[in-house]
Amino acid sequence: MIILLFGRLADILGREVALSLPQPCTVADVRRELARLHPASAAELAASRARAFIGDAMAREDAVVRDGDEVAFFPPLSGG
Amino acid sequence: MKARLRHHPFVPGDELDAFAARLADAGAVANLTGIARARSRSGALVRGLFLDHHPRLTPRSLDRIAAAALGRFEIEDALIVHRCGTILPGEPIVLAAAGARHRKPALQAVHYMMDRLKSEAVFWKREDREDGSEWIEPTEDDRSALARWSEQCPG
Repeated sequence: MIILLFGRLADILGREVALSLPQPCTVADVRRELARLHPASAAELAASRARAFIGDAMAREDAVVRDGDEVAFFPPLSGG
Repeated sequence: MKARLRHHPFVPGDELDAFAARLADAGAVANLTGIARARSRSGALVRGLFLDHHPRLTPRSLDRIAAAALGRFEIEDALIVHRCGTILPGEPIVLAAAGARHRKPALQAVHYMMDRLKSEAVFWKREDREDGSEWIEPTEDDRSALARWSEQCPG
């Protein structure tokens, strides 16, 4: 699956990270695995900081992520 | 109604002329241009702003704000033009405009769009200063400005 990062998270991890996780997995699993592989991003990736999206829809922590999904993590918005 | 995300500098006057030319029966066009400042809140020199965006959700957030202004005020049309990418001090970041038969709803619509843009537009803004870089989050002032519109029209 492709993970898209924005703002501060993109500064730390780059715009895109490809991740392979055993199926089925959830948003929480993706978050945990990304933080494990990239410890520098762990604080910013916390559920209290970064909102998760699957495709264009906001996703809860227990939402199921499938292999071809695009998952995005949004740090707090700055606004325009 | 038009909301446009621009990757390169734009000329607010040109956008405004084109917008005004499309209006059929307006007696007023109100607008605001937001410009990148040369100094940060702390007074440090700013080299530039970087506005990160989402390819689909950012344009959608601009559309939603312009459409909300059109639905809420007695205006004929609304326009939002917003930059993304690297913006140098002095360059326009955003233009919000509204055309109406009368000035009051046009001015209110611009004010409303700007308040919503400041908190709800899907952007991540990094200030690149001479003394370092910092990602910016909405201020309490931005949040209270937005809340004022909800108080004026509950629900």
